[in-house]
Parts: sequence; C-alpha cells; structure tokens
Amino acid sequence: MPKRTSYDAIVIGGGHNGLVNGAYLAKEGLDTLILEKRQLVGGAAITEELHPGFQFTTFSYALSLLRPDIIQDLDLVSHGFMILPMPYSFAPMENGDYLLTGPDRYLNHREIARHSARDAERLEEYEHLQDMVVQAVKPLMDSIPPNLYSKEPEELARMVALGRHLGSLDHAVLHELVRFLTGSAADILDDYFETDILKGLLASSGIIGSNLGPRSQGSGLVLLYHRMGEYDGLFGTWGFHKGGTGGFTQVLAKAAEAFGAEIVTDAPVAEVVTSNGKATGVMLEDGIELDASIVVSALDPRRTFFELVDRRELPTDLVDSVERMKFTGTAAKVNFALDGLPRYPAMGDREDHFRGFINIAPSMDYIEHAFDEGKYGWYSANPYIDATLQSVVDPDMAPPGKHVMSCFVQYAPYHLRESDWDTERDRFADTVQATLERFFPGFGDLVLHREIVTPLDIERTVGLTQGDIFAGAFLAPQMYFFRPAPGWNQYRTPIDGYYQCGSGTHPGGGVVGGPGKLAASQIINDRRAAE
Amino acid sequence: MLTTPFHERTSAANETGLWSHWAGHLVVTKYQIDEKVEYFALRNAAGVLDTSALFKYRIYGRDAERLLSGVLARDIRKCRPGRAQYTMWCDDRGFLIEDGVVLRTSSDEFLLTSAEPNLAYLESMIGGDQVAVENITDRYGILAVQGPASRTILSTLAPEVEDLRFFALTPAKIGDASVIISRTGYTGDLGYEIWADAADATDVWDAVTAAGAGRGLLPYGSLVMHMARIEAGLLLIDVDYETSRFAWIDEQRATPIELGYGWMFKRLDRDDRAFVGRGAIERELADGSSRFRLVGLDIDWRSYQRAHLDVGLPPIKDHVPVEWALMVYDDARRVVGHASSFLYSPLLQRHIAIARLSPALAAPGTRVRIEVTINNLNYLVDAATRRLPFFNPARKTA
Repeated sequence: MPKRTSYDAIVIGGGHNGLVNGAYLAKEGLDTLILEKRQLVGGAAITEELHPGFQFTTFSYALSLLRPDIIQDLDLVSHGFMILPMPYSFAPMENGDYLLTGPDRYLNHREIARHSARDAERLEEYEHLQDMVVQAVKPLMDSIPPNLYSKEPEELARMVALGRHLGSLDHAVLHELVRFLTGSAADILDDYFETDILKGLLASSGIIGSNLGPRSQGSGLVLLYHRMGEYDGLFGTWGFHKGGTGGFTQVLAKAAEAFGAEIVTDAPVAEVVTSNGKATGVMLEDGIELDASIVVSALDPRRTFFELVDRRELPTDLVDSVERMKFTGTAAKVNFALDGLPRYPAMGDREDHFRGFINIAPSMDYIEHAFDEGKYGWYSANPYIDATLQSVVDPDMAPPGKHVMSCFVQYAPYHLRESDWDTERDRFADTVQATLERFFPGFGDLVLHREIVTPLDIERTVGLTQGDIFAGAFLAPQMYFFRPAPGWNQYRTPIDGYYQCGSGTHPGGGVVGGPGKLAASQIINDRRAAE
Repeated sequence: MLTTPFHERTSAANETGLWSHWAGHLVVTKYQIDEKVEYFALRNAAGVLDTSALFKYRIYGRDAERLLSGVLARDIRKCRPGRAQYTMWCDDRGFLIEDGVVLRTSSDEFLLTSAEPNLAYLESMIGGDQVAVENITDRYGILAVQGPASRTILSTLAPEVEDLRFFALTPAKIGDASVIISRTGYTGDLGYEIWADAADATDVWDAVTAAGAGRGLLPYGSLVMHMARIEAGLLLIDVDYETSRFAWIDEQRATPIELGYGWMFKRLDRDDRAFVGRGAIERELADGSSRFRLVGLDIDWRSYQRAHLDVGLPPIKDHVPVEWALMVYDDARRVVGHASSFLYSPLLQRHIAIARLSPALAAPGTRVRIEVTINNLNYLVDAATRRLPFFNPARKTA
C-alpha cells in the first residue's frame, strides 16, 4: 500500500527503466512513487531462487548496454553495483573442434588463425572500425532525438546539430554506419571473413531478440546495437552483475529509495486517470486512486497507449503507428540447475572457456536454417543458443560445486503454427536440451532442474507484448526518430503530464536505462519550463 | 632470485608466466590472462596472496615490549597478547622510516613484518634490555586469504577464525600444520593472514585452495595487490612515501601525521614513553607544522570523460595503477601537490588517487585539478578531496 494518496510523480512499472526514471525524478526532489504489479521489482531483469540454492536469471542475463552515466548519477556503487567480467566466448563446432576467444589479443589471433589466418587479422580491423562507428553514434544514444514533426526552433536546432554531427564524421565511418543501419549482418561479415565458426559467432549479435536471420536486411542494425555497450571502457564487452540482473535492479531500487522514491510492489495499475486532456493520477486495480500531475509509463508502447489510457483520447496517427509497431517475440529461455560443469571433450578439464558466453551457432547457415523454421511459425530443431554458466562467474549463484546455466534460445516465435506454447513448452525445452547434449555429451545427466520461459511466459509475466524482449522490434522504422512513433519520440504523450519511459522509447531495448534517464530529463525540463 | 615457500604452487597456478621481484623473491605478477578475473575473485569471493617475501622478525625476551615501545611510534603497550597492530617507526626528526604490522603472540614475544631489512636497526636500539631480535624471514611462509568469503572458507579449516576479531590473532591447525592466523591484510576487506612453517607451506596452500574450490577463491598476484591496496588507501613504501633512511632531501621525507596517521598520537599527553621521534612529533602537533596531508582524490568522471571526447577519444578506464607522480593544481593552475597512486577502480567504477596536498586543501570535498595525459598532452581534470580509504565495507571489522 502506498503511504500517501498524492505524489508529484507516479511511475507505472518497476522494471529497470521505471526504477531509473523514478530515481532521477526523486533525485530532482519530486515526491515519487514507483508502482510494480509483481511481488518483486526488476521487470525482465530479475533473479529468482527457483530451485533451493540456485539463482536463476529468468529473463535478461548479462549487462553491457547500461549507460555509464547512470552508474555515476545514481551513485549505484554505494548500493552494491558490481559487474563481474566475462572475458571469454566459446563457440563449439559440429566436428568437435571449437573457437575460443578471450582477453589476450595475440592468443585470440593464434586461435582464430587455426581456422583462418586471414580472418585472424581482419577481426581486429573489423572491430576497430565498428568501435569507431559506435563512438560516432554514442552521442545519439545519450540524447533525446529530434522531433521530426516539430517546427519549433529548438527542434530545428536539434536537427541541424544532428546533421552537423553526421557531417563531421570520418567518411569511412559514416559509410560503414549506413551499411550497418541498412544492411544484413551477412553482408558485412562476408566482406571481412571466410570462416564459418567466426561468422557464426559474430552474426549471433545480429539476430538477438529479432525476427531476423543473418541474411535479413536489418540484422546489421541489431549487430551494431549490441556493440554499443561497454564494460569499463571496452566497447562491445559484457559483464555479469553480482547476483544476476536481478541483483542489478535491486541496486537500482535501493538507489531510488535512497533519493526518496517510494516503491510499492503487488500494485497493478488499472488506468491512468485523466481530466481535460491532463493526467491527474492513476487508478490501481484494487480501486485505490492516487493523485499525481506527472504519470510515467515504463510499460511497452501497446500498454502505454492502449491499456493504461483510452485510445479514443489519442490522435489517430499515434494510434495507427502503435497499432502497426512490430512486436516480434522470437526468443525463449531454458535455464538449468546443474549438478556439475558440462564437459566439452576437446577442452578436457579446462574451465576458463566457461568464464563468459557459450555460443551455439557453428555457422551463419546454422542460424539461417534455425530462422527458416521460425519464419514459418515453429521453433528451431537446431536452435541458436547463447548460454552462460553464471555460477562460474559469480559463485554465489549456486551451491559450491553446482552450477546454473542460463540459455537464451532462438528461434521461438510467439505465434506457433497449429499449436500453442502451453502445449509445446516441454517439447521445446527437450529440443534445447538435446542440442546441448550433442555438444556437451552427458549434459542431460547433470540437469537437476530446468526453467522454461517461452515468449508467452515473457508476455504473461513481464507484460512485454508478444514476448518482444526489446519492447518493440529493432527495425529502422522503429528506432530513434520513430521510437515508439514519429512525433512521439520525446517521452511525452498527447496527454499532458503523461510520459513514457519504457524500452519501447529511445534508446531502449536491452538493459540500457537510457529511456528512463532521458525521459526523466524531459519531464524535469518541462516542469522547469512551466514554472 | 629467491623463491618463496609457496613457489611450487604459485608457479603451477601462474597461467601468464609473468613474475615480479619482491625483496629478492619471485612472486607472481598476475595468475590469469585477464587480471580482472582474479581481482573480482578477491572482491566478490576470496583471493589468496603469497606475501612471504616480507621481512619477518621475532622480537622476544623479558624486555621485548620495552624495546618496541621505544622504537615504534604507536604505543605497543596497548597491544595485548593475541592482538596485532599496524605501526610505524620514525627517525629522531619524526620522519618515517617504515610502516608494518606487528603481531603480539605472548607477553614477551612479537612478530614484525616489514618491507625492508630492519634487523640491525632494531638491534642497535636494544641497549641494556633483555631482548633478542631474530630474522625469521625464511622460516615462515605467509598466505593472505582475503575477501568477503574468506571467513566462510577459512573457518572450514580452522573454526577459530569464526570469532576472530579485526587485528586479533590465534594459533590454529590447518591439517597437520601448526599456524598462526591473524585477521589482517592489505586489501581493506575482511581477510586473514596465515603464518606457516616454510615446510608446511604447500600443504596449507592445498588445504586453503581445496576449501575455496566451488566458492570462487583464486590466487591473485602483485598487480591486483596494488589495485586493492589503493582502494583500501593503504600506504606503499617507495610509492606513497620514501624511507627517511635513504632520502637525500627533507622534501622526500614524510611524517606519520603528514601521511594521515596523526590518530596514532591522539593520547600522547597520557603516554609517558620515550620513543624515537617523539619530540619532533610533539612539535609538529603543537605547531601545526605539517607540510602536507595525504588524502584521497575522487576524479570527476564527467570532466575526465569530456577531456577525452574533446580530442575524439573514448575515455580510457585503465585499472593498472600509475604509481608515479601526477601533479595536482588549484583553480589558478598553481601546483598544490601530487598524486602518488592513481587508477581506475573497476569496483568503484571511477578513477581514484592517493595524493599529497597542502594542508589547507585537505578538507574533504575541496576541488582541485589533476593532470592526466591524453593523446600525449597534459590535461587538467577536476577532482575532489576525500578521506581515505575509498573502499571500506562494514564486514572488514564486523
């Protein structure tokens, strides 16, 4: 139960963006309430003990894209923020060989050269150019995009500044940027590389969470996006928060509370209350009404515009845009509690290859074939799997000697042809387990418990429409100026005082926090302008 | 080069082939190719460090306490048997010779560790006292077991550590080996140090690493030791201060008060000891004649980031300590001191430094500017003074 009935600001949804947003608002001095429908905050970034002693990151499972400013602005370290390194990528091959990359440049060179001497050298060139592109677009990621439909001087100035910025880029970088934004992962990777295993590993970042194969236009954008993160200044590297992504959102909650925000769980919101085109508060599902002149939705655009408010109050172009916005749940998870470490025969008793990511995608063709099945409404017989043994990285995730293994799986389309997910969930998980068994003989004997998370589960539990992990697919017409809808890409809505800050807004998707932060800055600016 | 009693094990665990020299001994620089793996093992779970290269002295006899209370600036009489003390010793002008940790194993026996040889110096102070000083450097191996899981891991071998208080020590058995365990360390975290007979060292290593298996324990090398000690705000000789013994000029010398250890002399009026440097320390306290203060610096991340972005570079976040002087300036670009230790702390997610500043600027929160090199040019980046240590979890003393 909220302590009071009136606040300056109410944030609907205690996912990571809602928490970030609430923390910034509270830091600004606003009386802020964050409402979460579930019994715990975190949204799709939670950690749960589903088997005694075993901590599962049910959904999101690693960090990189989180905007570094947020760590500083919200003083997260003092609340327990800690990112553990995951420096290795292990890519098993069908023939029992593998590709293992790690923290040493020259060892990586030698390892890749086992497969192709040419690729070994080109990888660093590719990554450097990609990093230059990332550096070029980072300012866009950390600022409010211009409103294309506005003729206000401020917006025109933003457009000019954007044009100047793009115009100032190195020509090779600008061209590469366009290739990423418009092309396929395969277009780019085929230019550089010849080895299937390396291309399979790199192309995986181009399809994560997306209804795309490596040869689909648009997978270049997804590929670039996944390089936009950093870990301690190194672009494109990932880490694991102490206690999982749920550990991270617990830290965010503490930070928000330290700034004075109030967080109430088990408090689903029925609707945003409006009067004369202005938001005046929210109505909880249990009938309690709370007043606030600022209401922020951290939910996805469908819920923000169609469930929390009456769509008849909204302009038709916005309704149409949100109606047509693509939500493409294609990812599922199967998380395992294991009795010991899996064994890859060629690695013997080594363990270092488990200190990071295991990428089951021996070639781009492997992924493309997996996508073929997804495209036609079925889950892949040989799925792409991004697995991590998180208890190797953070021993507190499982009892000593035991392990948890998070497996992100594609493709698992939300709409199944001629069946449904409640019927298929176990068969689907069996397919995943069989794939792991193929690469890690004896895997099945280690399984103590498994958690199956289908796109339908993601939708039901977290509220992400169709289980789209990005709260709106990463497609060019749904990014930047157009996220979630052209003209409504600056966190405001047509209802005065009603704002949006979920991953469906810029620069959302993934555990980024940028939407929560930028929305807060918009709210604070609007408030100051009104005073 | 000499090897330590743990060498057989440290060399087997060393995956990098990198070694450093520490007081004539081979010690591992880093065990893992990515040192952040062992760094976060230390900060998130537990790490073990071979510190056997330290000089070790046994001071024993009826007048052992009398000798040490005359040599050491901090009052050793307050250190009861079964306790340890971080201590300093000065020359007669109050300048620091060295710092170290002393364990009091009984009323008339002490074990002292130091970074430099001190046998002749200590013996020269004996006079007519009934006390002997013995160099036991090679007799013992010391294994530091540090980090949040250190108590859980070590108590499976030696239940005594369960209740062992901060800076207390206890005799214990690890397997068949008789050891001394003290709750001390150089990481600023919960942690212990195990003194084992050199012949038992590898057995102790095996027992500790076996107990830590599955709990994330890893050995860490000198690189991570340096990172951790800066976060903990702990001094390093030849980096944060120079021993008065070999200084050429007084500017190189430092007093305990200047280094931030004035608290050792809070009750000097009720302390009747005659100890080396007492007169000078009293004068410094009375006159406020300290020339500088050692403080922490939090480097402003926005300013640091802007300085890089302005020249088209992403901000560099390098955790390898810079342990040479970086100049510190005031707003008028006057030199007001220097930083002796600087790094990006992956744990604290920011750049930090240990610096000497004019006493007038030492108050926490004072804004200064520190020089950093970007694209081969020096830039001044904003920083704020703060109290040391940077990292000080409650579990350290709890």
